[in-house]
Amino acid sequence: MELQHLRESAHNGLWRQNPGLAQILGLCPILAISTNLVNAVSLGLATVLAMALSNLAVAALRRWIAYEIRIPVFILIIAALVTVLDLAFNAWFHSLYLVLGIFIPLITTNCIVLARAEAFAARNSVFASTLDGVMMGLGLVWVLALLGALRELLGSGTLFSGIDMVFPGLSALQVFGDGYPGFLLAILPPGAFFILGGLIAAYNAINAHRAAHTPPATAAATPTTPAVAG
Amino acid sequence: MSTDARFPALRGALRAALGLAAFTLAFTALMAFTHYVTRDRIEAAAEAQQMRLIDDILPRDQYDNALLKDVVTAAPPANIKRIWRARRGGAPVGLVFETFANDGYGGRIELVASLGADGKLGGVRVAAHKETPGLGDYIDPARDPDKTRPWIEQFIGVDADLPPAQWAVKKDGGAFEHRAGATVSARAVTRALGQGSAWIAARREAIFAAPADSNIGADAQEE
Repeated sequence: MELQHLRESAHNGLWRQNPGLAQILGLCPILAISTNLVNAVSLGLATVLAMALSNLAVAALRRWIAYEIRIPVFILIIAALVTVLDLAFNAWFHSLYLVLGIFIPLITTNCIVLARAEAFAARNSVFASTLDGVMMGLGLVWVLALLGALRELLGSGTLFSGIDMVFPGLSALQVFGDGYPGFLLAILPPGAFFILGGLIAAYNAINAHRAAHTPPATAAATPTTPAVAG
Repeated sequence: MSTDARFPALRGALRAALGLAAFTLAFTALMAFTHYVTRDRIEAAAEAQQMRLIDDILPRDQYDNALLKDVVTAAPPANIKRIWRARRGGAPVGLVFETFANDGYGGRIELVASLGADGKLGGVRVAAHKETPGLGDYIDPARDPDKTRPWIEQFIGVDADLPPAQWAVKKDGGAFEHRAGATVSARAVTRALGQGSAWIAARREAIFAAPADSNIGADAQEE
């Protein structure tokens, strides 16, 4: 029972309802911070934490949240928890905070967090909700990582630049060597749109390919992605 | 007849308001507590970060005072913010100052520079900028592809008394190099440094004499 629950939650977050590729929620941090792999994964992991905590808090408190004021209360909970995270990052990961600084408070405005609080945590148990937050967050992390890695590789020919801010002593990987001229577009915001578009196309192609190669009964049972504004 | 029965809507609104107030109070308390716990650490981390920048332009063995505590500020029209005064055995050694350019390609560029007792720049670092990655961001030595001779190093040893016309990139007839394709960033940094260091050099004595945490006005005595 629990195991099946875990599998379903993981499949939902990582693939079927992936925040970055299927729900297309939270584009602001995706596009702004994914200029390199380290920044992308760092902000992704901060988002996982924020989503897990906010889903946990909402699920635990849902009995006392009146229906009419649930949205302001959700936003209050999310904003407070993100502020706590922001302060914690500032205190314990200061050099990383200098890079992610302005984007951490923006997790509050990432509508995927509010969407999961409203669509999932408000009507499920604490355990299931926390799990959902973690899995949805991880779904965002792998898309952010792929996007960040592609942009960094195309744009500057490196990987893991800035890793020394997280793990002092490590240094970036020069994938294409020192002579790589760089491809500026990949690092600028339009590059993020192009590459994300490519990833979404690939995601849809894989889904279409799978649907074509599965028996019709299963394919028809695949629910469509709920449309959430964001 | 009670108020409750007559105004059911009012009662619901009151309950909702009280509920919201309770949540606001609880989560504000959580934030206040976190702030209280992390405050000292954040202050220490910010100071360490500031010192890391300063260590690059003024070696620690040149002074023996608590540099970050020995600070004065300046106000517009000077493009100077904070000035830290380095002393050794109480005698003036050098000044570390924050200056900025508002005309970078991506907006404001924040700089930190040091001016030695000999009136020459000891070093310059970019503290914050939004220049285009891969183009104008060579002003920050960490992003400069030329690691052996970063662009910003050419300011080391430059006399603050250099005539204003010389504080420009070569393309504009000045004394400083710039990289092809990204003149705007280099021009902004060069000009800001020229204005900033001339302002500081002219008020050197007054800056060292001013009490800590005071403001050096634009009217401070020029020598």
